[in-house]
Amino acid sequence: MSTETKSVTTRPIPELPGEQPPERMNPVPAWFRFFFSELRLVFFRPRNLALLGVLAVVPIFFGVVLRLTLHSGGPGGGDNGPQFLNQLSGNGVFLALVVLFLTETLLLLPLAMAVVTGDAVAGEASTGTLRGLLTVPAGRTRLLAVKYAAVCVFSAATCLLVTGLALIMGLILFHTGPVTLLSGTTVSLGSGVLRVLAVAGYTAVAMMSLGAIGLAFSTLTTHPVGAIAALMVLVVASEICDQLPSLAAIHSYLPTHWWLSWDGLFRAPIDLSGVASGVVSYAVYAGIFLALAWARLTSADVTS
Amino acid sequence: MLALASTRLTKQFRGGQLAVDGIDLAVPAGSVYGFLGPNGSGKTTTIRMLLGLIQPTAGSYSVLGLDMPGRQADALPLVGSLVEGPAFYPHLSGRDNLARLDAADRTASRASARARIDQALDRVGLLAAADKRYKAYSLGMKQRLGIATSLLRPRRLVILDEPTNGLDPQGTREVRSLIRQIAADGTTVFVSSHLLAEVEQVCTHVGVMRTGKLVFSGPLAELHGQARRLLVRTPDPDLAAAVLTGLGLAGVTISGREVTADLGDLLPEDVNEKLVRAGVPVAGLETPQRSLEDEFVELTGEGFDVD
Repeated sequence: MSTETKSVTTRPIPELPGEQPPERMNPVPAWFRFFFSELRLVFFRPRNLALLGVLAVVPIFFGVVLRLTLHSGGPGGGDNGPQFLNQLSGNGVFLALVVLFLTETLLLLPLAMAVVTGDAVAGEASTGTLRGLLTVPAGRTRLLAVKYAAVCVFSAATCLLVTGLALIMGLILFHTGPVTLLSGTTVSLGSGVLRVLAVAGYTAVAMMSLGAIGLAFSTLTTHPVGAIAALMVLVVASEICDQLPSLAAIHSYLPTHWWLSWDGLFRAPIDLSGVASGVVSYAVYAGIFLALAWARLTSADVTS
Repeated sequence: MLALASTRLTKQFRGGQLAVDGIDLAVPAGSVYGFLGPNGSGKTTTIRMLLGLIQPTAGSYSVLGLDMPGRQADALPLVGSLVEGPAFYPHLSGRDNLARLDAADRTASRASARARIDQALDRVGLLAAADKRYKAYSLGMKQRLGIATSLLRPRRLVILDEPTNGLDPQGTREVRSLIRQIAADGTTVFVSSHLLAEVEQVCTHVGVMRTGKLVFSGPLAELHGQARRLLVRTPDPDLAAAVLTGLGLAGVTISGREVTADLGDLLPEDVNEKLVRAGVPVAGLETPQRSLEDEFVELTGEGFDVD
């Protein structure tokens, strides 16, 4: 249409003063500007701050509780706890592992990811801010990239927060020193702490993969609670299936199956097979669900 | 050049509902275009399509001469918009909400952000409440913050969907004066409303939607001209009616001592001369400007919330 209609100009389009023409802006700093704005939004949202607060209480609470009970009950936590609970009285470093184990199995870390990803797209759609961002225009693919990058940072932050606090509590409350590994060999405290941080990193990657699934769910609805519930149901269902012997054939394909398979890091020599399988599983899940999220977000009609 | 143009633009939702039915929009650059229609007539769906939020099922359209949706990354930074009421993060202040939207704009300069945000807040009179949380804003303040987003940077086109919704008469006046200011800079303004009185005073062009169809589009004067009426006050209404009918005027009606008819292409002074020559004692003759509301009801037929 443009060639014919341009001739019927009613009034000249004025020059725009005081603004660089669009093509002159560098896309990289612009991307980071949007990304930092997203991080501010995620980390200063009151609900997310409350979540971080709850996560911060976990290592403190369990540190104190375990300090009191392990000493009154003597060494050895019975058969209910994880393997390394027995070693806690021997070394405070293991508190971080106990706490990471608990925050995963008590679904606190998954819940944090569900809430943040639920807000990411469904939450923006429900408040109507999604249409504001898209008409800016933020760009749908760019928006998804920024959202997922922020989800990954939040995942790393939660794991680091929990692990860091647990390490500090462990060092304060329990005996510290050279760390005795599951295989019986003893390594230096520094090496032990590094191994704990590796577990935190591995857990963060697991949560990032879960975040990709959550983000895909988030693009399917305009109700953040629906997206949050869907992800939590998926996690619980996956963990139940993982316990059923009749489903042993599919266990290794479940999204939560490899969450705790980092015990190889506490053997000498280090056995990376569990961690490697986990990372492959997480990458495949993240790839599939990010592709789904992208396909959905870039084609969906935004009517909210 | 047309600020907005569409050919046979159509949106059929998955349920089969034909929300927008092949409309040909032509919004001239520099105009203030009133986009009118009852609730549910397809105005918001059209605006959502123009802004790339939903995809048309048929037809094509362009914004500022750029074909959409392919060129939306180039076109939309030059377009300020408020779609279906203001929507912001409740826990952020007005200023932080604008900063968030500005940060999402890959073509906006970070260096000038602060100044531009303050300027936009100032223009809508929210500078004093800039650091208040959005959830503490009154409805009028929320609406004004919505308009402020379209003023974050110089725009060539501003699309406002029902900008006066929920505002008191004072707020409505303020919005009208803002629209005048925006248009005074040469920016094209596309403003939708179901309340005609609110846009009648600021528009140069009008489009009227009815059940997904654009039933009228053109200059405001043309809409008025389409149905210009003539009113004659006389002690002899029967004779006057006969003369008017003889002149070929349609819709001649008598009520008391007043005779009205559609003026058509005739000039009122010529009609007056014919009446006087025919011996009609003309006590008064006028061409009442019908309000846009009357035209609107005529074009859209039923009541405001029916379609």
